[in-house]
Amino acid sequence: MDLRYSPEEQAFREDIRRFLEDRLDSRLREKVRNGQRLNKSDYENWHALLNTRGWLAVTWPREYGGTGWNAVQRHIFEEECCAAGAPRIVPFGLNMLGPVLMKFGSQAQRDYYLPRILDGSDWWCQGYSEPGAGSDLASLRTRAVRKGDVYVVDGQKTWTTLGHYANRIFCLVRTSTDGKPQEGISFLLIDMQSPGIEVKPIVLLDGEHEVNEVFFDAVQVPVENLVGEENRGWTYAKYLLTHERTGIAGVGFSTTALDDLRRIARVQLKSGLPLAKDPYFAARMAKVEIDLEAMKTTNLRIIAAAATGSAPGVESSMLKIKGTVIRQEINDLTRRALGPYALPFVSEALEAGHNQEAIGPDYANPVANQYFNNRKLSIFGGSNEIQKNIIAKSLGL
Amino acid sequence: MDFSHNEQRRMLEETATRFLRDNYPLRVRHEHAAATAGFSRDMWSRFAELGLVGALFHEQHGGYGGTGFDIAVLFEALGRSLVVEPFFASLLGGSLLAELCRPEQRALIAEIINGSRLVSVAHTEPQSRYDLADVATSATRDPHGGWRLQGNKAVVPNGDTAESLIVSARMHGTQSEPQGIGLFLVDARAAGLERCGYATVDGGRAAEITLNDVVLDESASLGRAGEAFAALENAVGLATLALCAEALGAMQAATDMTLEYLRTRKQFGVTIGSFQVLQHRYVELLIEIEQVRSQLINAASSIDSGAPDCQWQLSAAKHLTGRVARLVAEETVQLHGGIAMTWEYGLAHFAKRLVMIDHWLGDTDHHLERCVMLARDTGLSATSAIR
Ligand SMILES: Cc1cc2nc3c(=O)[nH]c(=O)nc-3n(C[C@H](O)[C@H](O)[C@H](O)COP(=O)(O)OP(=O)(O)OC[C@H]3O[C@@H](n4cnc5c(N)ncnc54)[C@H](O)[C@@H]3O)c2cc1C
Repeated sequence: MDLRYSPEEQAFREDIRRFLEDRLDSRLREKVRNGQRLNKSDYENWHALLNTRGWLAVTWPREYGGTGWNAVQRHIFEEECCAAGAPRIVPFGLNMLGPVLMKFGSQAQRDYYLPRILDGSDWWCQGYSEPGAGSDLASLRTRAVRKGDVYVVDGQKTWTTLGHYANRIFCLVRTSTDGKPQEGISFLLIDMQSPGIEVKPIVLLDGEHEVNEVFFDAVQVPVENLVGEENRGWTYAKYLLTHERTGIAGVGFSTTALDDLRRIARVQLKSGLPLAKDPYFAARMAKVEIDLEAMKTTNLRIIAAAATGSAPGVESSMLKIKGTVIRQEINDLTRRALGPYALPFVSEALEAGHNQEAIGPDYANPVANQYFNNRKLSIFGGSNEIQKNIIAKSLGL
Repeated sequence: MDFSHNEQRRMLEETATRFLRDNYPLRVRHEHAAATAGFSRDMWSRFAELGLVGALFHEQHGGYGGTGFDIAVLFEALGRSLVVEPFFASLLGGSLLAELCRPEQRALIAEIINGSRLVSVAHTEPQSRYDLADVATSATRDPHGGWRLQGNKAVVPNGDTAESLIVSARMHGTQSEPQGIGLFLVDARAAGLERCGYATVDGGRAAEITLNDVVLDESASLGRAGEAFAALENAVGLATLALCAEALGAMQAATDMTLEYLRTRKQFGVTIGSFQVLQHRYVELLIEIEQVRSQLINAASSIDSGAPDCQWQLSAAKHLTGRVARLVAEETVQLHGGIAMTWEYGLAHFAKRLVMIDHWLGDTDHHLERCVMLARDTGLSATSAIR
C-alpha cells in the first residue's frame, strides 16, 4: 500500500498545471468559473489548444495521435483541467467514436475520421436514444435499408447533446428485425448535411438549448459508412458505453465544485458568521466531503486495477452511481448556501461580457440552474437504476 | 376529533380547484410568468372577483376567511396549478396591514382584496439570510417630523410591481434584535426608493430595493412601538403555512404526473411502473407527502387555536416540507427519466418550485434549528397538536 503519487506522476501533474496556467485563455477560464454559456468556438478553441500540445485524445494510443496515457495519468489530467477552470472535452468524437473506430472500423475509416476528430474538422454527436428507446436501447427503431451502395435511413433520434453544433452523427440503426432485438442493430456514420436530416432543439428545464431531436427522412448513407459488420452494432455500442463510463465518476468536477462550495460557505453569512461555521451547514458539507474523499480512493483503486489489465465492468457502474450522486449533492449544498439569493435568475448574465449588475453575490446567478441541470447526471449514460441492475445481474441475482 | 373541512372551506376549495382546472393550464401559467409583471393583472382581477384573495383575510378586515385552514386550502389548490399571481406577497402585506394599520389605512386592505392594489413586504436584506430579526435598514426621526429610511432590501416578492411596500427598518437597537424594528408603509414610487426587478428560478418575480433617504410622514409608521416584530412573526407564520400548503399541492401534481407516466411508459416491453424498485420509490413519496399533510394540519390548527407551540409547529411544517419537497422533486424527475428534464413536459416546473420553496422564509436547516431553539428556550416542542 502506498497512496502517494510517484515523482514522475507529480512531475506530470506540474507539467499540465503549468501548461494550463500559461495557455488556457483567461476569458474562457472566467466563463467556466462563472458558469456562463460556452459556445461552439469556445469548445473548438479548447480542443485546438490541447491538440497543439498533443493532449487532446487522452484515451487514444500514440499511433493514432493520442497521448498513450495510462489511467492514472488521465485521472491527473482531468483533475488539473477541472481545477484550472477548463471546459470539458467534448466526448463524442474523442472518447466514444474514436475507440470504436480503432477497434472495429475499417482502415479507410480510421485514416479518414480519426485525424479529423483531432484537428476539429468534425464535430460528432451521439445518435443512440430514441423516444421509445431509452434504457431499453436495443428496442430502437430507426431503420436503415440497404439499396445498392447506400443505406436509406428513416426514423428519429432524441436527446442528441450538442447536435446543433455537430456535422456528423454516429447512429445505431435497425437493419434487421429477425432474432433478438440486439442482433439487428448496425452502427452507421452519418453526415448531418445529408438531405433529409432535420435537427430540432429541445429546451431543458433551465431554459437552455443543449440537446436536440434529430429526424431522418429517407437519408442516404454510403455503405462504406457502416462500421464493422451489419447487425453487429450492439457489440460496438456496448464497447463504446464502457468507454463513456470511464471517467464517469467525475472526481475532477466534484473536487472543483466542492472547492467552490467551500469558498462560498466562507463568505456567505448566517447571523453574521460565515456559513461554514454554522453547525448544520458544516455537517452537511462534512458529509459530502467524506463521501468524496472515500470515492477518490475507490476511483483510484479501480483505475489501478484497470491499469494492470482487469477491465472495469461492474466497477464503472459503481463509480457512475456514486460519482453522480456526490456531484448532485454538492450542487444541492451550493444552492442551499446562497439562501434567498439562490432565487434570482438573470438569463442575460449567462453571456460573457454582459453588463448586468449582479443580483446578490456575483457567484449566485447560475447556481440553482446548475443544480437542476445536473439532475441529468443520474439519468443519462445509463440511468443509475440501470447501473444497479447491471451490478445485481453480475452477482447472479 | 374531526378532520373534515366546514362547508365554507369546502366551497373555497371547490371554487379554486374548478376555476384553475378550467382556466389555468400550464401553458397559461408560463405566459403569465413570462409577462413583464411576472403575472397577469387580468387573471389577478378574476381571482379577486372569485373571492380567492378575500379568502386570505378575516371578515373584520373585509375578507371571507383568514384562518390557517382557509389559507392552507387555497394555497394547496394554487400549488397544484403552479399559480404565479401574487397571492403570497398579498398575504404577507395584507396580514401585516390587518394587524397594524390605522383606521384610515383600512381601505388598503379592501383594495388588496378587490385586486386593485398590490402590497408586498420588503423585509429580507442582503445579509439577513432567513433571520427575521436581522434588520440593518435604518429609520431615523426627521427633525421636521416623520421618518427617513436608509438601507437595502433583498428578494422582495413581486417587489417590482407592488404599488405599496411595507418596509421593515430599525428604529433602535443592534442589528439582530427583535426589539427596535419598525414597519413602514411606503409608496413604491417614493423619492429615493429604487427597485431592480428580476425573474426568480421558480417562475415568479422579485426585486432588490434600495432606500436612499426616503422621507416618510409620521403616519407611515405601522403599529405602536414594539409591536412590529410580533406582527411580522405572525404574518410570516401565515405565509410560511401558505408555502407549505402550496408545496403540498405541487407535490400532488408532480406525483400524479409520475404515476400516470409509470403506468404508460414502456421499456423492455413492459410499463416501467412494473419495476418493483420504481414502485417502492414512488410509494415512499406518497408516505412522505402524507406526513407533510399531517404536519400542515398541525400547524394550521395551532395558528387557529392560538396554541403556545404555534411557532414550533410552523417551523416543523416548513422543515418537513423542505425535506420532502426536495425528495419529491428529485425522485419524480428521476422516475421519469430524460423527459422530465425538458421545459416542455411540465414536471420540471413543479420540481423547480418545490425545491425553491425552501429558499423562501427559511430553509430546512433554518427551521430545524428554530425547532431546536424553541424547544430549548421555551420548552415548547412537540407538546402535540392533538389535545
Ligand atoms: C441531458 C441529456 C443528454 C443526453 N444526451 C444524449 C446523447 O447525446 N445521445 C443519446 O443517444 N442519448 C442521450 N441522452 C439520453 C439518455 O441516455 C436517456 O435519457 C437514458 O438512457 C434514459 O432513457 P429515458 O430517458 O428514455 O428513460 P426511461 O428509459 O424511460 O426510464 C425511465 C425511468 O425508468 C427507469 N428504468 C428503466 N428501465 C428500468 C429497469 N429495467 N429497472 C429499473 N428501472 C428502470 C429509469 O432508470 C428511469 O428512472 C441524454 C439524456 C439527457 C437527459
